[in-house]
Amino acid sequence: MSMHFLSVEGLRKAYPASGAAANPPVFEDIHFGIGKGEFVCIIGHSGCGKTTILNVLAGLEEPSGGAVIMDGREVKGPSLDRGVVFQGHALMPWMSVLGNVAFAVKSKWPDWSRAAVEAHCTKYLGMVGLGHALHKKPAELSGGMKQRVGIARAFAIQPKMLLLDEPFGALDALTRGTIQDELLKIVQATGQTVFMITHDVDEAILLADKVILMSNGPLAKIAEIVDITMPRSRTRTDMHHDPQFYRIRNHLVDFLVHRSKN
Amino acid sequence: MFRKQAFKAALLSLLILALFLGAWSLATYRKDAPATSADAEYAALMGKGRSTGFPTPAKVGEAFVTYLSEPFYDRGPNDKGIGIQVTHSLWRVGLGFALAVAVALPLGFAIGMSPLLFQALDPFIQLLKPISPLAWMPLALYSLKDSDVSGIFVIFICSLWPMLINTAFGVASVRRDWINVARTLEVGPLRKAFQVILPAAAPTILTGMRISMGIAWLVIVAAEMLVGGTGIGYFVWNEWNNLALPNVIFAVVMIGLVGMVLDQLFGRLQKLVTYREQ
Repeated sequence: MSMHFLSVEGLRKAYPASGAAANPPVFEDIHFGIGKGEFVCIIGHSGCGKTTILNVLAGLEEPSGGAVIMDGREVKGPSLDRGVVFQGHALMPWMSVLGNVAFAVKSKWPDWSRAAVEAHCTKYLGMVGLGHALHKKPAELSGGMKQRVGIARAFAIQPKMLLLDEPFGALDALTRGTIQDELLKIVQATGQTVFMITHDVDEAILLADKVILMSNGPLAKIAEIVDITMPRSRTRTDMHHDPQFYRIRNHLVDFLVHRSKN
Repeated sequence: MFRKQAFKAALLSLLILALFLGAWSLATYRKDAPATSADAEYAALMGKGRSTGFPTPAKVGEAFVTYLSEPFYDRGPNDKGIGIQVTHSLWRVGLGFALAVAVALPLGFAIGMSPLLFQALDPFIQLLKPISPLAWMPLALYSLKDSDVSGIFVIFICSLWPMLINTAFGVASVRRDWINVARTLEVGPLRKAFQVILPAAAPTILTGMRISMGIAWLVIVAAEMLVGGTGIGYFVWNEWNNLALPNVIFAVVMIGLVGMVLDQLFGRLQKLVTYREQ
């Protein structure tokens, strides 16, 4: 067994049969590992169970078989050790931006004074460029800003691992670009371990050290794990000049278009 | 633009009121009795020739002035100021309603959280909900042996259902995402209940409360007519027995006004807890 920070072993998920015929598992035989400080993206078509895998890592869903081990301990149920950024931002609309992040911070450090909590939240909201919108309600923010609050909330509890469920899926290309840059900056500054679902090949190449490719569901499996060999200092604006970029990109796109079916 | 329209609407309201009052005065206008006195006496006995006996706006206006100029006098059990009567009614409604809140909120929470409990209690709720609160009155009077407490019980039972059902529904339909956020943050059950589920369900719960309060105010009048003693409902019944129709009309308008204020109050509260999702 390899000594990964997080290892996923033989994961399988099947839902109870709806009719007479038993449902085939959504995915099975999923094995992979994530090293400390690694950024791993998972790509696959809809229905391959990416979100389910992420929910299992988060402890929100139980697998039908297999196990997830993080930092030497089996993942059983949700934990403050793993921060989650949800697909639909999942901010509480009755709390202010600051209140949403403070809710998380108070959960992690219940004994902190109000001032300490506020300072901590302000710092993380500042990191995502929302220092000016602390007291706004989520409904007053744009989609991109809401997702930023979600990211700040997940980072603010300083989890051992960050799980992102297609966080930029609903954003326009321009906004997505800026938030990707911000995410990259924060991840590099904090050395955060990240597992992220995405549909966007360029996003995966920009952010990830490793890309997991899933075949189509049901009975989805990990088809390949692609190492992104480009230097870590790559940026959105110049990575397409890297000689490796198109080789990797073509490989990923070819997979999604042609080879994901079997 | 809106201000202009509001002004026009107010003007129109006043016009409608004036028309109504005008029509009312015309309908109750007292013509002089015709010719011979024997005939007039006979006609009066037969209820003819004179006005219908329905009070004129002026008479009702007199009642308004008399009662509102001294709302809190107390001259024995059958002669109390309108303020005292309304206070009695409000006190019963308030107490019954508060008891209903104390039961409906926790129970509704439990039902909303547990599909098992929901299914188990659903038949009882469905059966008990459509029962007119007044139908409970004999049972309440027999077992509670106190007319005042029975009135409060009737208010309790009629306020219970809308609150219970709305609380359960609001709690059950809290967005999965918010619950998941709380779960990943390892938020304890109490904190989750008060800081996530309660604010998320608050608009639905308050809608239930507003409906309950409306029903409670409808029911208290009827209950007090039955139970007697004090309260605005008893006042109406008492004045009817005195055949003092102007006072009855006055009381009817007061019932409407108080009900309106109560409803607006809950409307305010509702606005306070409502959040915008998008």
